[in-house]
Amino acid sequence: MTAFLRKLWSANTVALTFLSMVLAVLIGALLIIVSDADVLAKFGYFTARPSDAIESSWAVVSTAYADLLKGAFGDPQVFSAWFAGTATWQQAFAPLSETLTYAAPMVFTGLSVALAFRGGLFNIGAQGQAVLGCVAAGIAGFTFGLPVVLNLLVALIAGVVGGALWGFIPGFLKARTGAHEVITTIMLNYSAGLFLSWLVIQQGIQAPGRTDAISKTVAETAQLPSPGGVLRVHLGIILAVLVTAGVSWLLNRSAFGFELRAVGANPHAAKTAGIGVGRTYVLLMAIAGGLAGLGGATQVLGTAHALTPAVAGNIGFDGLLVALLGRNRPWGTLFAALLFGALRAGGDRMQSFASISLELVTVLQALIVIFIAAPALVKAIFRLRAARATGLGASLAKG
Amino acid sequence: MANDHIDITVEPGEVHALLGENGAGKSTLMNQLYGLLQPDEGQIIVNDEPRVFKSPRDAIAAGIGMVHQHFMLVPVFTVAENIALGAEEVRGGPLGWLDRRRSRRDVIETSQRYGLPVDPDALVEDLPVGAQQRVEIVKALTREVDLLILDEPTAVLTPQETQELLAVMRSLTAMGKSIVFITHKLKEVKAIADRITVIRRGQVVGTASPDTSEEELAALMVGRAVSLEVEKSPAEPGRSVLKIEGLVVDDDRGVRAVDGVDLEVRAGEVLGIAGVQGNGQTELVEAVMGLREVRAGAVRLDDDDLVTMSTKRILRSGVGYIPEDRSHDGVVKEFSVAENLVLDMYDQAPYGNAFSLDLGKVGGNAKERIEQFDIRCQSPATPVGTLSGGNQQKVVVAREMSRPLRLFIASQPTRGVDVGSIEFIHSRIIHERDQGTAVLVVSSELDEVVGLADRIAVMYRGRVLAIVSPDTPREEIGLLMAGITGDTPEGEK
Repeated sequence: MTAFLRKLWSANTVALTFLSMVLAVLIGALLIIVSDADVLAKFGYFTARPSDAIESSWAVVSTAYADLLKGAFGDPQVFSAWFAGTATWQQAFAPLSETLTYAAPMVFTGLSVALAFRGGLFNIGAQGQAVLGCVAAGIAGFTFGLPVVLNLLVALIAGVVGGALWGFIPGFLKARTGAHEVITTIMLNYSAGLFLSWLVIQQGIQAPGRTDAISKTVAETAQLPSPGGVLRVHLGIILAVLVTAGVSWLLNRSAFGFELRAVGANPHAAKTAGIGVGRTYVLLMAIAGGLAGLGGATQVLGTAHALTPAVAGNIGFDGLLVALLGRNRPWGTLFAALLFGALRAGGDRMQSFASISLELVTVLQALIVIFIAAPALVKAIFRLRAARATGLGASLAKG
Repeated sequence: MANDHIDITVEPGEVHALLGENGAGKSTLMNQLYGLLQPDEGQIIVNDEPRVFKSPRDAIAAGIGMVHQHFMLVPVFTVAENIALGAEEVRGGPLGWLDRRRSRRDVIETSQRYGLPVDPDALVEDLPVGAQQRVEIVKALTREVDLLILDEPTAVLTPQETQELLAVMRSLTAMGKSIVFITHKLKEVKAIADRITVIRRGQVVGTASPDTSEEELAALMVGRAVSLEVEKSPAEPGRSVLKIEGLVVDDDRGVRAVDGVDLEVRAGEVLGIAGVQGNGQTELVEAVMGLREVRAGAVRLDDDDLVTMSTKRILRSGVGYIPEDRSHDGVVKEFSVAENLVLDMYDQAPYGNAFSLDLGKVGGNAKERIEQFDIRCQSPATPVGTLSGGNQQKVVVAREMSRPLRLFIASQPTRGVDVGSIEFIHSRIIHERDQGTAVLVVSSELDEVVGLADRIAVMYRGRVLAIVSPDTPREEIGLLMAGITGDTPEGEK
C-alpha cells in the first residue's frame, strides 16, 4: 500500500488528476451560470452593477456544489441533528451509502477494462459482459431457492460465469482469427442488451401478474446483505475491495499476470520468450468478462433485485472511464469508481435540491476524463514542465 | 543531458565523420541540426549566419538535408512520388493537381547530375535497401542542399553497396557538397573521412585525422583501450547437436524465404551465417525456434524434433536465443531489468511456479546477473527501455546464457551495441562455445561472422551458397553474399 502511494505520487499523476478535477469543476461552474436564466439576466446590466451578477453567480454555483458534496459525503446539518438526537445515524450516513452503492458495480467493470488493457486488449464489451452477469445472477437468484449463503454464492458465481462466457467469445475470436476485440465486443454489447430485453418478457422469467418488462424478484437468500432502510449500500462494496486486492495480486504477483503484462507491452517479445499470446488473450478476456459479470451480479443482487431491460444501466461504459481515470491500475480504478460514485450520488441531490440537471454530473465526469486523457493540455494550462523535459529527452536521446 | 556544449565545424567539400558509441549523443546533435529538436543553449551558424530551425523545413531551406538510419519512404509510392513528397510540384494554385511529369523530370535530372542512378517509376518497396538509400540521397539533393547528414548509412548495406556509397560520397564532396557521416564503424571512417570528431557521453572528446589507427579511435570512443579482434582458441567440435535438413520456410507475406537449407552445428563450434539482411536468415532462425511454421524439412536437436515443439519447450530443453531485433522481440521495454531477466523462465523454479512469482528470487537473480554481465543500470527495477542499446542487449544475453545450454542461437548479437559491449558479448559467446555448447551466429556484419565463426555458411535468397572457412578472403565472401559463386566450388570446407 505504501509502495502504491509512493508510485502514485512520484508519477505525478495525482497532481494531474487533481488539476483535471479543478478544471472540470471550473468549467462546470460556468455551465451552471449560463444555464440559470436569472443569473444571466443580471449579466445584462453587468457594467452598471457588476456586484449583482457576481454575487448571484457565486450563490448559484456554491449552492450547487455544496449540494453535490452533501449528496456525496453527508450533510453537516443532518450530522448535528443526529448528535442532537433529532435524526438517526442512518440518515446521516445515507449520502455516503449512496456513493458506495453507485461505486460498487463500477469497480468491477473498471477492473475488467483495466485488466484487459494491461494485456493490450481494449475491452469495450464490459457493458455486454455486465448484462450477461445480471442475467445469469438474476436467474440463479430467483430459480434455485437454495439455503442462505449458498444461494448468494451460487448467484454470484453464475454472474461471473455469464460475464466470462461473454468475454471468452471475443478473446477466442481474436486468438483464432485475429478479429479485433473492439469490433466484436461492441457487437456483443448490442446482442447482450437485446437478449436481456427479450428475456425479461418471457414466461417463467417475467414477474407473474406483471405486463411490463420486469422479471421475478431475486430470492432474499440470494440478495447481497444490506443494512436496509435509507441505507442502500450492500456487501458488494466490500466484495469490490477484496476483488481489487485480488486483481492487484493477479497483475503483479502471479505468473499469469506476468504473461498478460508481457503480452500487453510487447506481444512479439512475449511470443519469442515462449509465452502463448493467443492463450493469454483468451484467458484474459474470460477473466475480464468475469469481472464485469460480477459487477452486473452485484447490481442485480445488491440494488435492483430484479431484471429489467435497463438493470445494468451504464456500468460497463462507466467502467471504461473509471479505468482510464484510474490509469488501468487496480487501486487507482477503485478510487476512480468511488469518485464517480460520489459524483452520481451528489448529482442526485443537486438535481432535487438545486434543480440542476443530472446531466451536469455527466459533463463533469466527461470533462475530468478528457483532461486526464489529454495531460499535455492540463500541463500547458498549469504550466507544468518538469515531466516533459525528462520524458521527451529520454525518448529522443538515442545516440 | 544528451549533448553538453558541443562545438563542431563542417567545411565545404569535406566528409566530416561523427564517431561515437550508441547513446553518445550523435543523433541528438544531428536532430538539432535538422530541426527535429531545439537546442537548450548554443547556436547553429550556417554560412556565417546564426539560424534557428523550428522544423526540418527550416533546415532544408538553409541547405541542410538528412538521410535517416531508418528510411522515411512510403513503400507503396514510386521513387518519383517519394522524392516529390513534401515538396510536391503543383499546377493551378494551392488546390491544384500534382505535376507528376515535372517531378519525374526533376528526379531524372538530379540523378544524372550526381551520378546516382534511380528508376523514377519503380515502387520503393520493390527496391533493394541500397537503392532505397540512394532514393533518400537523391531526395535530399533535389532540395538543393549543401550539407548532407548521413545517419549510420552503412548499417543496412552489403560490403559492395557500402563501397558504392563511399564512392558516391566522394563524388558529392568533389562537387562541393559537405557531408556529416555518422557511424561507429572505424574502417569506413578511415576510408572516407577528411576529419573525425569523436563524441562520448554528449561531449566532444577529441578530433582525429584519418591516419589515426583504429585502436586509437576505438579507445577515444569508449574511453579505454579495447580489443577489436575476437580472441579465441581453435574450436574442438564434438557431436552433432543441431541438424537442419531440407528446411523450407515462408516469410510473413507467404513468399518462400528459406528454400531447402541443410546445416549442421556441432558441440563446441560456432557456425556463422553470413549474408545480406533479408536472404532468409531471419526466417531460418525463427523456424528453428518454433516461431515460424516449417513448410518442409526437419530440425533436430540431438534426438528432439524441434518442428513439433512449442517455443516454450524449445527454450526449456536447453536452447538460448538472442533475437535479431532486440526492441521488437528481445525485451519488453516497459518491464524492469529484473523482469526481463526472467522473461522466458518466470514460471520455472526458482523464480516461480505455474501460479505465482517469487519476487525475491527474481530480484536476487537480477542482482547477480547485473554484476556478472556488467549491466549498467540504476537498479534491477529500472525499466529496460531507459537503458542504452548495449546494456539492453546485455540483459538479453544474460537471460539466455544463465541456464545450461545445448544450443545457443545469436541473431545480430551486437547490432546497435557500443564497441565496449561488443567485446564483452563476443567473449561470452566464445566462452559458451568453449563449454561445449553448439553456437549458431547470424550476422549481416561480415567482420563479426569472420571473427566469431569456426565455419561460415553464406546465405543468399534462401539457400546456403557455400560453407567456407573464416580464413577465406573477405572479397570472396562478399561476392558470395551478393550471390556470385564464381570460382568458389560449392560446399568447400
